[in-house]
Amino acid sequence: MLALGQDEIAKYPFLADAGQYLKDQGFSLDQFGSDPDLKHLIEKAYERIRIAADGKIYKSDLDGDQASNSAALPREVFSFLLAIVLLKLSGMHTLIKRFALAEARRAEKYLERDLANISDESKNQLAIRVIDDLFSVQVKKSDDYFIIPVSDYLKHSVNFHEREWKLINRHVENGQVFLSPHETVRLIRKELGTYINSKIINAKTPTMIPGFEDSVNKLVSLSKKFATYTVITGEYPPCMKHAIEILEKGENLPHSGRFMLATFLLSKGQTVQQIAPLFKNAPDYNERVTLYQLNHLAGTSGSGTQYSCPSCEKLKTQSLCFATSECDNIINPLQFGRKKK
Amino acid sequence: MQESDIIFLEDSFKKYYFNHFDQITVPERTSEREFGYQKFNSGMTRHISLKDDKELHLLLMQNVPSDVYCSNAYYTFPNLPMNEKDWKEADLIFDIDAKDLDLSCRESHTVSVCNECNEISKNSIQCLKCNSPKLEKKSLPCKNCIDASKTEVSKLSEVLIDDLAITKENIQVYFSGNEGFHVYVYDSQFQEIGSRERSELTDYISLRGAIPETFGMKKLKQNRAYFPDFDDKGWRGRFSKHVFGSKSKRSKIITELLANGYTSFQKTLDDMSENIGVKIDPNVTMDIHRIFRLPGSINSKSGLTKTLCDNLSKFDPYVEASFLSEDTVEVFANCPIEFKLKNKTFGPYNNEKVTIPTFAAVYMICKKLARIA
Repeated sequence: MLALGQDEIAKYPFLADAGQYLKDQGFSLDQFGSDPDLKHLIEKAYERIRIAADGKIYKSDLDGDQASNSAALPREVFSFLLAIVLLKLSGMHTLIKRFALAEARRAEKYLERDLANISDESKNQLAIRVIDDLFSVQVKKSDDYFIIPVSDYLKHSVNFHEREWKLINRHVENGQVFLSPHETVRLIRKELGTYINSKIINAKTPTMIPGFEDSVNKLVSLSKKFATYTVITGEYPPCMKHAIEILEKGENLPHSGRFMLATFLLSKGQTVQQIAPLFKNAPDYNERVTLYQLNHLAGTSGSGTQYSCPSCEKLKTQSLCFATSECDNIINPLQFGRKKK
Repeated sequence: MQESDIIFLEDSFKKYYFNHFDQITVPERTSEREFGYQKFNSGMTRHISLKDDKELHLLLMQNVPSDVYCSNAYYTFPNLPMNEKDWKEADLIFDIDAKDLDLSCRESHTVSVCNECNEISKNSIQCLKCNSPKLEKKSLPCKNCIDASKTEVSKLSEVLIDDLAITKENIQVYFSGNEGFHVYVYDSQFQEIGSRERSELTDYISLRGAIPETFGMKKLKQNRAYFPDFDDKGWRGRFSKHVFGSKSKRSKIITELLANGYTSFQKTLDDMSENIGVKIDPNVTMDIHRIFRLPGSINSKSGLTKTLCDNLSKFDPYVEASFLSEDTVEVFANCPIEFKLKNKTFGPYNNEKVTIPTFAAVYMICKKLARIA
């Protein structure tokens, strides 16, 4: 664990050991529910979650890098810790996810500012170390850029679906990718969110603390707003239609295409016996081999692993994607036709 | 394939393996690799682990495989089922195949073999004799195919060395034994990356998915200063050479590009991918559990050996990768395409009985263009 100063904990509260922090400051959780001088911090914590649930970033009392007054720093950390307690007590996972993401984006702003800070080397180094320790990305500074090994870049960038994050759209030189402070931090956003999320999920759920009930109840009703349901159309995505067409014409569909089609249909609930006849027209059709391979994909033979349908990104690389506007930026063919209402 | 053909091929392959043990050695870190093999007319046997050259030679002598494979991945338990192997890392591998290069020469030396009646024709839709649509394309690659594949290998090496900081010593190039080349990269920063990351890497190498902004073309606020220069590293530098041609033309061409607009620029990029992107088979590179043809083994699609190319530009596969015997054999050949092996020219043969050296007979039988008389 990194050794952190008070203002650093305020910026990156998820790095702190919560229990230890409270103890060091001389507080117990019960006090926040009962002490009239501290109760408003629960309200502040609730606000922090509500704003996150709205998809916004909580605007802290920290003014730039410095707190406007010395009391603001612990307040900032307390509201974070109490928010976690409220979330655990409410047990609302949708809220935890949203909160973790919003907190990640909040921390991102500080990380970016610290990275770009050329006047204070220590801030700069802290940000670099946070990124290295938490996410094993080795960042080096090179003039105005931050450079990271291509392999490290790829491990994170594969989670992005925007084309600008593809390696081909990056400045690559000598085995390194060149990034701005903003991009460097953006690269680890998802992992930062996942990190905070897992810290919350793994935190122990306390028993209900007197004085916390109201805020917890408010959270439960708040989370109802985010219930979603989806409508599914029965239509197949264009990539599958194309593959079926090729098979129907008796032309050769490459192995990767057969894999795509079979895994797609299996995920849609079709059986091996229903799928097998599709491949009858293939130039190299062999019933025994087809059934063997389908059973393997379905996980009913061999290792028992059920194979899943490849992502749109992978299908693009394999030249199997024939996207239309109806695809609507889905990232896996299985999502085709599913609309969130 | 008829029984007598299989016996003949197995016999020829076995002789090669017996006489060339020195050429068929296990790769480094042998015990961490998975091996596999195929026999003629039979499925794949894999999940095999071997200790050393001796065990490999024994396997070759006992089974006389049509093809032998070895993983580029390293496992703790290579002989266990896939999900228990405990994958550790994998060398980067690339497959460059002449059939993927859209070469104009292809048509002149490709025929269709009917899977039902073995009729050979130039028609690629259905068999002219029995109307079956089940045709298999067979090609006897020409010098142009090999040269074009070599060019792709050179392009690949350039990207690996210049952009990805791979050292020359860690790149090995092999003739695949049929129509292309296999490139291995050892000890790189990419050893431990997974399949999705490797897929991204192939997109980079083949210049796929580039957006106009990367090469200086913006939707709004266009500015000539964003366009690439000749000294730029990576694809921007290659863009300059390809699109501008010479320094003196740069300014004029940028004016044209700006005038044609954003959408047209995207088209330029897509065309560029076809022209200067490296044409590698993405499926091979992104498969981290593949067993890949073993160096020194025979490729049953041709009877030629997967051979290390020390000097790529001078390498002639039809001389340097043909190791089978000169003993003659009588075959029925139906091979409408002329070919050259070990500096001798053969064919075309029109359904005739001919007596030819084993290496040439094997080549045609592997291509299904001849059978033992």
